[in-house]
Amino acid sequence: MRPSLPVNRRAAVGGWSEAGRRRSNRLYHPATPYLLVAPAFVVYGLFMLYPLGKAVHLSLFEWDGMSLGVFVGLRNYLAVATDGALRASFAHAGVLMFFYCVLPLAIGLVIAAVLNRAKVRGLGFFRTVFFLPQVIAMVVVATAWGGIYAFKGPLNTLLRAIGLEALASDWLGSYTLALPAIGMIGTWVEIGLVTVLMLSGMAKISPDLYESARLDGAGAIREFFAVTLPSVIGEIAVALTLTIVAALKTFDLVYMTTSGGPGTSTTVPSYQVYYQAFKVHEVGMAAAIGVTLTALIFLINVVVNRTADRMAA
Amino acid sequence: MTSTYSRLSRIALAGLAAAALGLAGCTPGSGDSVDPSSSADTSNGDAAPAGGSSSEDPADTQPPAQEINTDGASMGDVELILWDQEVREGQASQFTTLVEEFQAEYPNITINRVEQSFEDLATTLALALTDPNPPDIVQANNARNDMGAFVEAGQLLDLDPYSEAYGWGERFPETVLKNSRYSSDGKVFGEGTLYGLPQVGEVVGVFYNKTKLAELGLTVPDTWDEFVASLDTAKEKGETPLMLGDVEGWPAVHVFGPIQGAYVPPEEITLLGMGNPGADWTTPENIEAAKQLSDWVAGGYFNEGFLGGDYDAVVEEFANGTGVFLMAGSWVGAVIDEVMGDDAGFFAPPPATAGAPKATTGGTSLPFSVTSGSKNPDAAALFIDFITSDHAMEVLAETGNLPILRTAELAPTTGVWADVYAEFQDVSDNGYLLPYLDWATPTFGDEVLKPGLQDLMAGQKTVEKFCEDLQVDYATFTAGQ
Repeated sequence: MRPSLPVNRRAAVGGWSEAGRRRSNRLYHPATPYLLVAPAFVVYGLFMLYPLGKAVHLSLFEWDGMSLGVFVGLRNYLAVATDGALRASFAHAGVLMFFYCVLPLAIGLVIAAVLNRAKVRGLGFFRTVFFLPQVIAMVVVATAWGGIYAFKGPLNTLLRAIGLEALASDWLGSYTLALPAIGMIGTWVEIGLVTVLMLSGMAKISPDLYESARLDGAGAIREFFAVTLPSVIGEIAVALTLTIVAALKTFDLVYMTTSGGPGTSTTVPSYQVYYQAFKVHEVGMAAAIGVTLTALIFLINVVVNRTADRMAA
Repeated sequence: MTSTYSRLSRIALAGLAAAALGLAGCTPGSGDSVDPSSSADTSNGDAAPAGGSSSEDPADTQPPAQEINTDGASMGDVELILWDQEVREGQASQFTTLVEEFQAEYPNITINRVEQSFEDLATTLALALTDPNPPDIVQANNARNDMGAFVEAGQLLDLDPYSEAYGWGERFPETVLKNSRYSSDGKVFGEGTLYGLPQVGEVVGVFYNKTKLAELGLTVPDTWDEFVASLDTAKEKGETPLMLGDVEGWPAVHVFGPIQGAYVPPEEITLLGMGNPGADWTTPENIEAAKQLSDWVAGGYFNEGFLGGDYDAVVEEFANGTGVFLMAGSWVGAVIDEVMGDDAGFFAPPPATAGAPKATTGGTSLPFSVTSGSKNPDAAALFIDFITSDHAMEVLAETGNLPILRTAELAPTTGVWADVYAEFQDVSDNGYLLPYLDWATPTFGDEVLKPGLQDLMAGQKTVEKFCEDLQVDYATFTAGQ
């Protein structure tokens, strides 16, 4: 979404000045742009800003959702920062970021570069195959992977069949493996998105650049780092933004596979929001975790996009 | 590029701040979803609508002599909205039948059902009850988190006057009714006012594979030690003694419950399970019970990969012939009966000494309650009376459920259900149906017991630490009561 912003704006500015000169002045009024934006903004405000404001409001109360709330100021936020269990859930989300963002980006870049450089036939087919996990409902993905990870499931069967019996594990019941196992589901889902984004970015690169790189004697790897990678910084920023959001708001995967277990080794903030609001009726606490999570996602993405802007400049 | 972006975000932030400031004035629960007059008004004598009214005055707990009408035909045209979770196979058919029969008998009373799954009902009920026009009848889980919270918020109707009018006290044993009793401020669980009636009984026990038991040369154990010894025998002969799938966390609670029942006095477990003060999780008996579970894991009694195992999948595996015993609730009886038929048996966990009363986790399905906002409480109570009548119990038995009353009398003659019926009746008449342990405090089940049991079984926590953590949550909660 970001990269198209300045282009649109330039087009819009150009439109105004020319139209303003040719058409009569009564069509252009200083308020016109705001009036044009108003309908969309009203919808946005009603369904995005108002609920967000309401969540911030609720987070300042201790409220069970039923009786009268008690104003507690920032105490819920203090609890988010100090409560060990909650902090652990944020740490788990951090681990998931590696599996949702870093791994898919690394793998997706390689796949896209190979597909792009090899000028594979039937690129559309591969794009569809890689993108497919994105289309499947997360609940279905989670149930399917739950079956794959089962102790007598296909993954362990495969490992035993190829003589790697020692690696066969109780994936979702292990304190060390459950979180990475969930993370790998995320990797599988996000690779498709990243690959497609990278492919579209690489398609824009002028063949001249590659030609001159080759004339300068660059090999495939040198070419990738010197030409391909710098050209898709914008796409990488978009991919990171989307996957970071997906990592930090993970809920359905955990809810459907481990419900936070074994012990508390796979709890995530979104699960805590659900738990606090619907299971123990701590609506204020749930709102505070949600707002913190929103702020965190916003902050990380600001950093990612700023960095990408600087690198692209 | 950057400047445009940051200007946009600054505007957005300003808008947000303005929105937040505009809202900061009002308190949640005061006006939007709840009738403002009711939340502040504590002098409201009759059934208080949703709000913070909890009156301490004992004279107030008995509602002013209200005329109770038990004659359905004279109630005029009435519509009842009913929120229930009777959607699984056997439940659905018994409930549909009973609702149809009720409609046929009282054509002037219309029942409008809102059916949901157990989880969906649990998450949406709190919101529904705060509505100025709540449903008339709801199924609220007995736990402090659910029924307890609703009672505290004044959202459920005191059913004692109806209990007297219909004779529910004679119909139901007190061991069953106590699970739906709370003090009117919601603080004491297990005694006080009656807030609901259940239809179906539940008992946690041991399912077993008859062929395998015979092959191992074992019989149904009479004492707990005999049971443990038969696990040993099964293990020695290369069988998997116990089947468990604990990825959801709660199935292990139904393994620990019966063990605790064998070691800890039932009165103590009742206090612990209902979150009432006066007991302790760190007694030697509780520690011994926890140690036994951890020993079972160390001894390799459970199927491989039980921590990450899916509950339903493991039950199915057992039904298809893996393992000798499965400790689980009566509700899995239907699946086991379907696959194994007469090859499956069931017994309640045996007591420490032969012939002593049996004590195990159990109780009732979700009770049916009347909301205090109901405009037709008489008709609602009439419906609850109807679905818990002697006749209703017959319908329940015919449709593959475990009726909570007349259980032994209505028992089938063959199959695993015959055992389940007989054992339930035995425990509820002569023994102790112990509360589900996660009823204890709002956080007990999800934050302490379920992860704690997984930690204990995986060796991440010592037996002592496991009991201490349970005690901290229990003690913190009961101290605040």
